[in-house]
Amino acid sequence: MSAVPRRKPPRVGDTPAVRRTLIAAVLVVGALLILAPLLVILFQAFSAGVGVFTATITNPDTRHAIWLTVVTALIAVPINTAFGIAAAWAITKFDFRGRRFLIVVIEIPFSISPIVAGVAYLFVYGLQGLFGPALDAAGVKVLFALPGIVLASMFVTAPFVARELIPLMQAQGRDLEEAATSLGASGWRTFFSVTLPNIRWALLYGVVLCNARVMGEFGAVSVVSGNIRGQTNTLPLHIELLYHDYQTAGAFAAASILTVLAIVTIVAKVLLERQGAGRAGRPALAAPAPAAPQGRTL
Amino acid sequence: MRRRVLPGLPLSLGITLFYVGLIVVLPLGALVFKAASLGPEDYWRIVSSPRAVASYRVTVLSALAATAFNLVFGMALAWVLVRYRFPGRRLVDAIVDLPFALPTAVAGIALTALFAESGWFGSILAKVGITVAYTPLGIMVAMCFTSLPFIVRTVQPVLEDLDPALEEAAQTLGGSDRAIFMRVILPLLTPALLAGVSLSFARSLGEFGAIIFIAGNQPMKTEITALLAFIRLEEYDYQAAAAIASVLLIMAFVMLAVTNLMQARALRYTERSRA
Repeated sequence: MSAVPRRKPPRVGDTPAVRRTLIAAVLVVGALLILAPLLVILFQAFSAGVGVFTATITNPDTRHAIWLTVVTALIAVPINTAFGIAAAWAITKFDFRGRRFLIVVIEIPFSISPIVAGVAYLFVYGLQGLFGPALDAAGVKVLFALPGIVLASMFVTAPFVARELIPLMQAQGRDLEEAATSLGASGWRTFFSVTLPNIRWALLYGVVLCNARVMGEFGAVSVVSGNIRGQTNTLPLHIELLYHDYQTAGAFAAASILTVLAIVTIVAKVLLERQGAGRAGRPALAAPAPAAPQGRTL
Repeated sequence: MRRRVLPGLPLSLGITLFYVGLIVVLPLGALVFKAASLGPEDYWRIVSSPRAVASYRVTVLSALAATAFNLVFGMALAWVLVRYRFPGRRLVDAIVDLPFALPTAVAGIALTALFAESGWFGSILAKVGITVAYTPLGIMVAMCFTSLPFIVRTVQPVLEDLDPALEEAAQTLGGSDRAIFMRVILPLLTPALLAGVSLSFARSLGEFGAIIFIAGNQPMKTEITALLAFIRLEEYDYQAAAAIASVLLIMAFVMLAVTNLMQARALRYTERSRA
């Protein structure tokens, strides 16, 4: 952008007619496509009265589904966060061959249908899979149980934290960390006192998005969970079950919990973006990050 | 220049490779292994069965239509958000991410409720003879919704960084708004648009949760490929599930290659226009 102050000539599309038409068109289509689904959830959730709503929310199966969803997130998100930090540290603080390839591999889950992910896990831990028979003999249940749900969730969200950290840490370079270690700080101390303060907002941003996806994941979890009511049903699966049971109001009541989660996620995202997290250039929850420029020195 | 080597390479790279290997590479390898163990003839028989081919057709065509819609609407939305100031702009900007933040199953039942014959939109559309729910149109609507933010979010930053001098130069040369948009602005946006399109299309190909509620899921008509893989699993036909999932995997890898290519181009373009 030029720094020279300039008078403002009318730019392309600035005539009132074009302007108004475009804004109106976009707002109308946006309202129909984005806002209407949001409203219909709340409307349907209370369509059968507040009684049905509270009955659904406090139903033991729903409560169990909420609990299972929260437990899954409590396991999957911290592990993915640790992985994201490790991956970003390795990729941005060192030069080794295959770094770019490693980034591509980390981002593979973004491109893959959740169903494919679920099917793939079945062929590792299922009875017809690689380790299934051995695990079964040892009495370890992975599929149709919590470990399978957690593993599938970790697959779909593996890139979330790494994707936020890698471009940022790439841009920040290595000088500060090098100064810290040359002054005698240990690796851990360097990370916690030098790197972490610089990446904290981006890290939190990645964690928030990762959590939203873990709690909302449907396809992959649906394959590996076995859909056992009150046992392996996460909240999104519970919604499907209620819906197919013709308990529409109940399904929407359960869905409204996840809708609140989505709204909280968006608010958190906006707040974190004000702190400079999340580059505007990257689509929010599912796109592979553009490979950061691999500058040797910064 | 002599580089001081920071500590932690073995640990961080070790964790990374172990995790990626266990969580990403191993399952996909197992899937490919399972599909490959079928042998070429059986594999071909499964992936070229009429029901499978019909599912590719409906998936790919719906994804194309949804992406085309999002190309136009996404670009208009990005344009309005960047170029104009109006009350509620920041709210609109934030809400664009809703399709990413809202779990797909929730989106699926919400869209079905809207477009079902008794729904807010469905009842109006029924009067003009259009049925969306339980038809291929429903699949398109679900795909439009879930992949909407991609094009907005790839075009937006490029539009923000567009140098006004280029437009001004074209204006002083007497170009009409339409001519300047078509010949100056659109070419500059093209790489970002293509990157957004490939992301949006890839996401639509793999989408499952939002679609199965609204699609009706009739074999040969409104059954998407991801659902067919799922159905084969429920029938305990693991080999067919592996084969069909592998087709989706191949599509995903093709789209991944295309996307990376497009994004590398978009990035080069952006860097150049900034310089």
